[in-house]
Parts: sequence; structure tokens; C-alpha cells
Amino acid sequence: MKADPKGVLTGSHYLDGDYALAEGALAAGCRFFGGYPITPSTETAERFSERIPMVGGVFIQMEDELASISALIGAAWGGKKAMTVTSGPGFSLMMENIGLACMLETPLVIANVQRGGPSTGLPTLTGQQDIMQARWGSHGDYEIIALSPDSPQECFDLTIEAFNLSETYRVPTFVMTDECIGHMHEKVVIPPAEEIELVERKWYTGPKNEYLPFKPDKDMVPFMVKVGDGYHFHITGLTHDERGYPVINAECQDFCVRHVCDKIRNNADKIIRIEEDEIDTAEVIVLSYGITSRVTTRAVRKAREAGIKVGTIRLITVWPFPEKRIRELAKKVKAFVMPEINYGQLIFEVERCAAGQAPAIHVPHCGGWVHDPDDIFNAIKEAAK
Amino acid sequence: MKEEDRLEERNPIEDLLRMDRIPHIWCPGCGIGTVVTSFAEALRKSKIDLDKLAVLSGIGCTGRVAGYIKLDSIHTTHGRAVPVATGLKLANPDLKVVVFSGDGDIAGIGGNHFIHAARRNMDLLVICVNNFNYAMTGGQVAATTPIGGNASTAPYGNFEYPFSLPYLAEASGATYVARWTALHLRRVTKSIQEALNKRGFSFIEVITPCVTLYARRNRLGDGLNLLKYYYEKSEIQHGADTRTLDISYQGKLIVGKFVDKEKPTFLDCMNEHLAKVLGEKYQPYGVKNE
Repeated sequence: MKADPKGVLTGSHYLDGDYALAEGALAAGCRFFGGYPITPSTETAERFSERIPMVGGVFIQMEDELASISALIGAAWGGKKAMTVTSGPGFSLMMENIGLACMLETPLVIANVQRGGPSTGLPTLTGQQDIMQARWGSHGDYEIIALSPDSPQECFDLTIEAFNLSETYRVPTFVMTDECIGHMHEKVVIPPAEEIELVERKWYTGPKNEYLPFKPDKDMVPFMVKVGDGYHFHITGLTHDERGYPVINAECQDFCVRHVCDKIRNNADKIIRIEEDEIDTAEVIVLSYGITSRVTTRAVRKAREAGIKVGTIRLITVWPFPEKRIRELAKKVKAFVMPEINYGQLIFEVERCAAGQAPAIHVPHCGGWVHDPDDIFNAIKEAAK
Repeated sequence: MKEEDRLEERNPIEDLLRMDRIPHIWCPGCGIGTVVTSFAEALRKSKIDLDKLAVLSGIGCTGRVAGYIKLDSIHTTHGRAVPVATGLKLANPDLKVVVFSGDGDIAGIGGNHFIHAARRNMDLLVICVNNFNYAMTGGQVAATTPIGGNASTAPYGNFEYPFSLPYLAEASGATYVARWTALHLRRVTKSIQEALNKRGFSFIEVITPCVTLYARRNRLGDGLNLLKYYYEKSEIQHGADTRTLDISYQGKLIVGKFVDKEKPTFLDCMNEHLAKVLGEKYQPYGVKNE
């Protein structure tokens, strides 16, 4: 399915990451945006509210982030592609109904323009401190998909990708960007609508009285219908069976939890996107994502100039985490180095997957600014010893 | 006599219920089922297209209503039925969206969503079953518990001022506001019917007994007694000033239809305003071509 040209601002633009998120959403066919202002993400909501009247859709500023994510769930079941944008404090508030969206297997997209935390933290300065929260923030067991753009161009591209993944797997999908990328102005090329490939929601078309909102299809993803199409279906945040009826026992819980997790776990190979460079000859591999990947580039160049065999992996999908690939590489390399703008988060995943076969050296930064490339360089040097 | 002809064994509103989920979880003597019956009756009488009607609930005893109504229905999280309903209504403006939930859900945890949906005149019908306490969790004090009422977290009696829900609804911008007790069956039905035919934010409060918790803790007798008591303590005052509707412990209950006015809805305002400002560039949203 091709993009609707009405939403696509084809051409070369000079945009910041926040605006590019909004343009990505419009190009992806998002016609419902519910949001609440929060620095440094607000410009996305502003851009969407300015553009949507001419495209045909709804922008609504909700009373808080609890309401924004709730409205997205309603809009998605009403048949729309829906998105919101936020930052740490708002992301925390959304955790409640991120859980509901997972439980109801509702496609929707949330962009988090991360800032330094905890709490109010650094409203105007960068961070990558919500990366674990994206995976584990709501209670219970579930899986989500999270992407991490490293440029305004990728804010555009990965928002479209996020919608496609979200629709494919009926799962909330996050675009985990940060203040630096959000406020960075760069060239963003928006292709013609006919070059933008979109995923159509997996609509159910069988007999009305046989629709089961949570019956896994062959790819494990159940079919969806819209409220108002006459299916008279029920969905609930309670543990439920295929019909969507609550069943409060351990057997049904087992079905329900395994299903929402396994539909992502079993499809992880199809979902995961990483960018590798000079991996085959590498003694040290630097893993990074988002803005930190760009800072890493300089450190890696310097290390190569110093004769160190460095490979890089940039995580485009942060969740699901590319555990197979890390496991494989752990057998071959001396060490992994991971800079990230937090005091130790995704490094634990690297450690877990390396399973003692190669050390995982963390280069922390508590937020507020990006790494000094020399800190990453020094870690690479250390790792290569 | 054939089994299916035994009238007494068939529920008169079974075509609107998920019979495969019956028996329901509500206690004998609870008023929620009565309100559901009135709702079903109102749906039947209003001849509304049932394919285009959605019922949403939050959490709590009344929060289970969505699960028993055999229509498109969503059981959401605590307090969040109103914003989910907002998203649903805006995504598909052809729908009639009904939120059916309890006082803890609507006025406690969901209070902020409630007043903002009313402020925007979102085209929703909110039916709030008020039993003066958090029943599902065991009878805790609520934002609606009258002063002096005993609750499991107000074991010496409640000393907080409660909300008067019709007053809150009107002050926030609701265009239809009514209050009844669960025994005002026909009047509840009529109010729901009226509200279903209205565009805008409608609010109906129905006072019901909570037999197992509120009534027992306060020694107010059984469900039937309390249903009758509320009914007899009520006084119909249509058009009453909503500032005068406070509920005291076992005191007089002023019921009736207090507000019924016309006002453009959120989508009306959005379409009118943006068309005025943007002219032909504007793509009207959710407007039917009649």
C-alpha cells in the first residue's frame, strides 16, 4: 500500500528532528494525534497541529499524558493510525496504558524525545535514560518495538517504519529519539508518496459472528476490526481468551502473556535492524544508538587511525535487542564497548548476551550533553589491550 | 413445553447481553443491573443503530458493564474510559459512544478526564452509577461518600466534602445533566433515551445501593430496602439549580433533569473555526455529506 499524497510533503527540507517526526507520521497515514506539551518534544505536536487541518484528520491536546495514550487506543480501535509524542515525565505517565495497548494488541506509535532524568531532570538537555523504561516501564510481562533514529532524516524514515511495524504486529511501537536529534536541523528528503510503502492493518473479513479479537493467526498476530463495523466484539485489559472475555486463572494468563510476548520474540529476526561496519576484522566492537552513534563515529575513526581494529554496530531497533548477533560476535571479539547517555542501561543487555565470553565496557554519561569522543576512544584503546 | 419457550428462564434483554458471560459478578440487591436494564430498554426504544454504538467502561463494579453488553465494548483501565472514548469518537464521528462506569472511576481517578471532556463538549454519554464507595476493592471511602458515611478506609466516618456530580458536570460544560435513583427505572430509561438523541456531553448519575459494603458497614438494611429508601428520599425537581444538589448522609436526594441545552460539540467547533480561519484549504473532518 502506497502513502496518501495528501500527507506527504515531498521535497528537500531543512527540518529539526521533532518536525521530521510529525512529517513521518503524516506520510505514514497518521490521522490522529493526541498529545500534551512537554519539552523537548512539543515541536512535533505543534507541527502536526499546524499541518493536519489541510490533510484531513484530528489533532487534540489532551489534559495529560494519561489521556493522550488513552485517546490513541480509542482512535486506533476507531480505525485510525494514531500517534503521540512526549519526553521522560510524560512517558512515565503513559506507562499505565502502554500496558493496556499491549494487552489489547493495539497498534499505535509513541515518540519519546528523551531528556535527562530522573524526575523533572533536564527538560532542555539530552539523555538516553528511558531506554530500559521503554522495554520494562509498564507492569507485567509484555514486548514492544523501539527504534532509535540518529538524524532528523531517520526521525522521518523510522516514524514510517514504526507505523509499519506497529500495524504488522499489533503492538505499540516507540521512536526513542532524544533532545539533540529532536532539535538538530538537517536536510530531510521526503520522497514522493508513491515511493513510500505502508503496511495496511490486518483487517478481518470473515463472518461477523466468528470474529475473535485475540485469536493468533499463522504469524501469531490476530486480525483486527474497527468499532462500528457491526462485529459487537469485546476487549478488556483483564487477562482474556481469544474472544476477549476475561478469564481469571493461571492457564489463561499463560496463553495471554506468552502470546503478547512471543508474537514479537518469534518474529524478532524480521523486526531487528542493525547497521554494521568493519565487523569481520574487528577486535573491538562499539555498540551505540541514536545521537551517541554520531559521536562514536569520530572516536572510531581516531581508533582506526591508531591502528586498532574496530567494528561498529548501530542499533536501529533497540527493542527487540539483537541478542543472537551479540552472542555470535562475543565468541570472536576481544571486547564490546558501549557508550550511551545514561549511567548504565542497555549495557546490561550486551553483558547478558556476551555471557562472559567477551567483556562489555560501558562508557556512561549521565545526561545533559553528548560524550566527549575521547572518552569513547580511551575505552576502545582499553578494550583493545 | 419446549425449553426455549419457558419465558421465566429467558432474560428479557438477552439480545443485548453476552449471555455466555452470565451469571454476572454483581451482588444480589446491587443496583447496577437495574441501570443496565434501563440502558437496554433505552437502546431498544431509541431505535439507534446498534452497530454504531460503543460502550466503554473503566474499572470497578460498574466497570464490568462493558463486558456484559453485546455491542462493541471496551473495558479500559481505571478512570480512563472517558479519554479512550474521546479518541474513539474522534476517530469515527459516526459512532455514539457511551461511557458506563462508577463514581470512583468517573469522579475519583478519572475526575480530570471527566471535566475536560465536559469542557470540550465532547459528544459522549457518561452514565455514572454512584454507590458512594469503592465497592470492587472492599468499600473504601470515595469522592462521593457523604459526610458521616462509614467506609473501610474511613472507619470512623467520612469527614471529607464529597463532589456533587451534577454540579461538577454542569460547571464543566455538560449539555445534558440528570440524576435518578436505580428504582426510577422508567425515568432513567427516558433520560438515557434523551441523551442518546443529543449531541454533546451528556451526564446521567444513578444512585444505587451497594448492599455488600456501603449498606452493610452503615447498617442500612438489604438491597431492596435501600433501593426503596433512596427512591422515597428523592424529590423530583427538574431544572433545579445544580448548586443545590449536595447529598447528605441518608438525607434528601434531589433528582431530575437539571440541564438540557444545545451547544456546538468539539468537532462542530473544530470544523467551524478552522474553516473560518483557513478557508478552502481546510479539509472538514467527520462531516457527513447529506
